[in-house]
Amino acid sequence: MTPTLSAVLVISAALFCIGLLAALSRRHAIFILIGIEMMLAAAALNFVAFWRFSPEPQQPTGVMVAIFAIAIAAAEAAVGLALVIAVYRHYRTTNVDKFDRGEGS
Amino acid sequence: MNTAAFIAIAVLTLSGALAAATLPRLIHAALFLVVAFVGIAAFYFLLGAEFVGLAQIFVYVGAVAVLIVFTILLTRREEEQTGGLNWGGAVVAVAVFIGLLWAILRTPAVNIAAGPIDALTVRRIGEVLMTDYVWPLQCVGVLLTAALLGALLLVMEEKRP
Repeated sequence: MTPTLSAVLVISAALFCIGLLAALSRRHAIFILIGIEMMLAAAALNFVAFWRFSPEPQQPTGVMVAIFAIAIAAAEAAVGLALVIAVYRHYRTTNVDKFDRGEGS
Repeated sequence: MNTAAFIAIAVLTLSGALAAATLPRLIHAALFLVVAFVGIAAFYFLLGAEFVGLAQIFVYVGAVAVLIVFTILLTRREEEQTGGLNWGGAVVAVAVFIGLLWAILRTPAVNIAAGPIDALTVRRIGEVLMTDYVWPLQCVGVLLTAALLGALLLVMEEKRP
């Protein structure tokens, strides 16, 4: 018995929900970014899984989408972490509950 | 696909991800995030997309994880114990997972095994990137340049007159 497509999809859904858990329930800005990265990786895993199990895997569409998703996730991580550093300079904290003043001091 | 390898990689990935999401210390979470990303790369290898797996290791483990660790070290001040999960978020995540699981298990079309496959060579990926996907490739190049400049602008010290 080999793994079916639904097994891969269940793994990917679990990974997505763990990312969602990190993004929703943590107070630290970097944890939220980690959760978003996990959710993006789960989505890319789904694309590759659907490519692998498709009737015609000669056309590498899912693989291409995954490659572009990885590139975009890298850009998102760079800008997100730069934002964390910039916000940390103003507020001297990375707890998102304390980002409550409108203007930077 | 090998079932034993599949189960081993699934356990590795999900436990790494769960540790990354729930550990109170940020630096431990970043290291377990690396474990989870290596597990995802192993999934790519198992699924026959070797190039994506390599790109995943280069980009996530090589760049993103190092960037996260640098940011943690740059912003570490009070070593804040923000531990303790917010239970509302946990409830939402579990509810979403149950909904997705219900949808996946109810769909008979996804309950299929993988057919045989020709190896997807890097040559083929290069050909497709340079023909069918040349515009998306250029757009990603512009996006990465913009992200590089934007990140630099954000972290530059502002000069107050």
